[in-house]
Amino acid sequence: MTKKKETIINAALIAALLIVLFIMEQVLPPTAMIFTVLKKGAIYALVAVSMNLLNGFTGLFSLGQAGFMLLGAYTYGVLTIPADQRINVYQYFDGGVIQFAVPVIIALIAAGVVAAVFAFFIGLPVLRLKSDYLAIATLGFAEIIRAIFQWDKLGPLTNGSNLLRNYPTFKSVIYPFVVSGICIAVIVMLINSTYGRAFKAIRDDEVAAEAMGINLAHHKRMAFVISSFFAGISGALLAMYQTTIQASMFKSAMTYEILLIVVIGGIGSVTGSCISSFLFIICSEWLLRFLDNDTFIGSFHVPLLRAGFRKVVFSIIIMIIVLFFRKGIMGTREFSVRGIYNFFTGKSRKKKVPEGGGSNE
Amino acid sequence: MKKSLISVLLTTAVAASMVIGSAVPAFAADTVKIGVYEPASGDNGAGGKQETLGIQYANSIAPTVEIGGTEYNVELKVVDNESSNDKGPSAAASLVSEGVSIVLGSYGSGVSIAASDIFKEGGVPAMGVTCTNPQVTQGNTHYFRICFLDPFQGTVLANFANEKFEAKKAYVLTKLGDDYSTGLGHYFTKAFEELGGEVIAETFPEGNSDFASYITSAKNADASVFFAPVSTEAAALIIEQASAQGMEIPIMAGDTWDSNVILSAAKGKNVQVYVTTFYQEGGNPEFDEGMKEFINADSTAKANNGGDDTISAVSAMGYDAYFVALEALKAAGSTDPAAVNEALWDVTYEGVCGKVEFDDENGDAMRNTAYVKSANTETGAWEFVGEQSIK
Amino acid sequence: MEWFSRNLPYLLAGVSVGGQYALIAIGYTMVYGILRLINFAHGDIFMVAGLIMVYTSATLPMYVSIPIVLIATVLLGFVIERVAYKPLRSAPRMSIMISAIGVSYLLQNLALYITGGLAQQYPAIPWVSDTVQVFGATTKRVTVITPILTIILVVALVMLIKYTKIGMAMRAASKDFETSQLMGIKINSVISMTFIIGSFLAAVGSLLFFTNYTGVTPIAGAMPGLKAFVAAVFGGIGSIPGAVIGAFIIGICENIIKGMGWTTFSDAFTFALLIIILIAKPTGLFGEKETDKV
Repeated sequence: MTKKKETIINAALIAALLIVLFIMEQVLPPTAMIFTVLKKGAIYALVAVSMNLLNGFTGLFSLGQAGFMLLGAYTYGVLTIPADQRINVYQYFDGGVIQFAVPVIIALIAAGVVAAVFAFFIGLPVLRLKSDYLAIATLGFAEIIRAIFQWDKLGPLTNGSNLLRNYPTFKSVIYPFVVSGICIAVIVMLINSTYGRAFKAIRDDEVAAEAMGINLAHHKRMAFVISSFFAGISGALLAMYQTTIQASMFKSAMTYEILLIVVIGGIGSVTGSCISSFLFIICSEWLLRFLDNDTFIGSFHVPLLRAGFRKVVFSIIIMIIVLFFRKGIMGTREFSVRGIYNFFTGKSRKKKVPEGGGSNE
Repeated sequence: MKKSLISVLLTTAVAASMVIGSAVPAFAADTVKIGVYEPASGDNGAGGKQETLGIQYANSIAPTVEIGGTEYNVELKVVDNESSNDKGPSAAASLVSEGVSIVLGSYGSGVSIAASDIFKEGGVPAMGVTCTNPQVTQGNTHYFRICFLDPFQGTVLANFANEKFEAKKAYVLTKLGDDYSTGLGHYFTKAFEELGGEVIAETFPEGNSDFASYITSAKNADASVFFAPVSTEAAALIIEQASAQGMEIPIMAGDTWDSNVILSAAKGKNVQVYVTTFYQEGGNPEFDEGMKEFINADSTAKANNGGDDTISAVSAMGYDAYFVALEALKAAGSTDPAAVNEALWDVTYEGVCGKVEFDDENGDAMRNTAYVKSANTETGAWEFVGEQSIK
Repeated sequence: MEWFSRNLPYLLAGVSVGGQYALIAIGYTMVYGILRLINFAHGDIFMVAGLIMVYTSATLPMYVSIPIVLIATVLLGFVIERVAYKPLRSAPRMSIMISAIGVSYLLQNLALYITGGLAQQYPAIPWVSDTVQVFGATTKRVTVITPILTIILVVALVMLIKYTKIGMAMRAASKDFETSQLMGIKINSVISMTFIIGSFLAAVGSLLFFTNYTGVTPIAGAMPGLKAFVAAVFGGIGSIPGAVIGAFIIGICENIIKGMGWTTFSDAFTFALLIIILIAKPTGLFGEKETDKV
């Protein structure tokens, strides 16, 4: 299979996916649960990949994702609420200080940029720390950001701890797929570039990487800023998906959720993160929901089923994956056309991509 | 080998559970679904469960409704929004995709606002039962509400503090990121300051359980009332710690505190608790009796009500909401959500908590009276203080 | 004097909550010292101890239920280590930390399921829950007991680590995990012992904490747990006196911040303090310096 052929097949697959989505939208009622979970899944795929870029490819254990999503979501919300709606939204702050709205696409990019700028400044001190210390410091920064955004004195800008709403949102399920898809494609290109190789070298051995002439501080900061940029964009998408946002929902629990997605998918696998985010969202928000309801089969009252059981089952599944399937769904491998092709034609796996993790999105 | 065994087991378990899930008994063709969008867990879980109980009780009394000449079974679809603004919308979406004709709820304004657009896009009308923040219905044609609003409630409470305690200084404690709390605190502050009072406002973050410092601050500020429009979960902690620190000034709060959680927290403590509410137990003996019987008949229901049979105002409101929904279905003559939405504007209903009639602008019930109750710390019951309205 | 009596309650609250954080923080710091694992589930063990108390005291008298709480919590800590951490001993550090997050998630969800998501009222423990006067400030007796009990327990623990055989094994294991194994130390029993001590102290901490703040919710352990962890890092993770001092500093500062009216930032302040100390002295106040080995 030639490289060119592979690219064509990939493009065809992506096109086919979009067409399937488009047809589904025409056929199924717009309120079907499948669309809700697909939208959220696409958004979580982006943030999971951005976290994977840090944790899986650069070896920086950061737990600040929720904070950067918050920055993105707020930037988007604050910039796009139509001027005539502001008096309703900022009801306790006389309409707030900003009295204009920018187009959605600019706000989306701004969401990423604001998160990236914050990441740059947070990274200056924090990236000097190692592993667990870095994790806890980034977690701390996320909490601090959350407190600042809830501060009353900033109310005219952030609406205090109250909801932001009435900003433009998306209706079609294709929208988050396209935006996330573009962003993930950019991340994949980055991973496959010289920078990506430098990131992986840092992950495998910092001291050795430095000895090879890789500027540690520069590359770490770069990975951190880029990852935050995309976390910011996914925050903005999440804001669009939810139709309202509030600082209090970007808790550390959200970061843990994303971390679990990354782990289930396989640390160091982009396609793994994507697949697992869809699985995670579909299971937790949709398929397992029946576990929460009292159920009767005939007159038999199924035991244990009541509110909250869904989450218990779900967390047990997660524990099983963490303990017994340590590498996650994909390990560090990638889902690829070539992989499937080789699988079916029975070609030896060893001959496959010589440099591990050759991705092809 | 071990791994493949586990994966086989897992797959079987998931598959089996799905079969169980889909094996819900088939209903008769004529069923109308009413969505119940309430918290069963999280901060507002206690209140949400009581509101759901009221709805379920109403459903047990009137399990069928005649729509356009046909008798329909009413099926309640209950989802848990987890008191959380980010989990709420997907719970709401699951209701919409179930094809409900109308949604009742939620207890807690934040989750109602968060889900508002989901209902709007799904074309399903929703009816707030006890969410009092104005933003829930403002500018919407699909969200209605049968309770009073925070600007009203805040003013009532400010008047009450001013008249009853001659308060000149109030300490207002609200929870960060809780729209109900922030909103009611805001309107109370506004009304209280208009009456010439002074307000010291502080906030606490989610997950906080240490209120000792807040109580000290209130004491140091020489406030004459402690106003805490917060969830019952925080309320129990505040009462406990206020009593431990010997805080003598009265604690005031809004409708959320009308709950047996508060009564059991205040019982035997040295505190004064005053709340405003929608319904006073004893207001409708027939309803009280039936509701108590319903609660006592089922151990789960009793546990959901907080372990005793005290009737919360939110249960009474849930009861009313259900009948208003039935009225709307009857008036619409169809189970089509759009028709129900249209019909709702003109529905009037005389409920146990008073008359429900929607205004033409936002679909809010027109109410001008709130009841004020105080907790009797010896008997652990509510005492009626009076009706309070604003001029 | 007037100033003193006005501000004493903040200090009292701070010292008391600091003592409770300290008891939790020791569990974090000991586990980290030996396994290099941030045991995210530790805060939830603390919460579960609270729930066990709620349920046992509903049917049993207090003098039975308190020992049951202590024993059950210790068992829980032991079982969690054996089931969720031991199989991952040779795995990368990130896996075991994620397993800890998984356990925390599971415990919270189980608690949510069992309690039905409602806050459970913690029982009043006779004598300890009574109201007392301290220099004119009214408070619960537990507020005064906490720091004293904490210090007694910490002294006992330090003695244990210094003078007993198992304590020596712990010190050896935290100095050099692999070498200590070669020297014939039964590493599994040392680790189990660490978890047992940590869980025991968390159970005592939960008795004190929930007697003061009487609502137990599924997430009640999350914030105290996180703050106790911050205290452990602040004091220099792996150092027991460091964790205790860190916990008292954080408890007191947090309440002073609230007293000054900066209530929005009471949690954020803790993390700001953490970040400052990490940047100024990355190993904490009393931490040992580590060097990178190639």
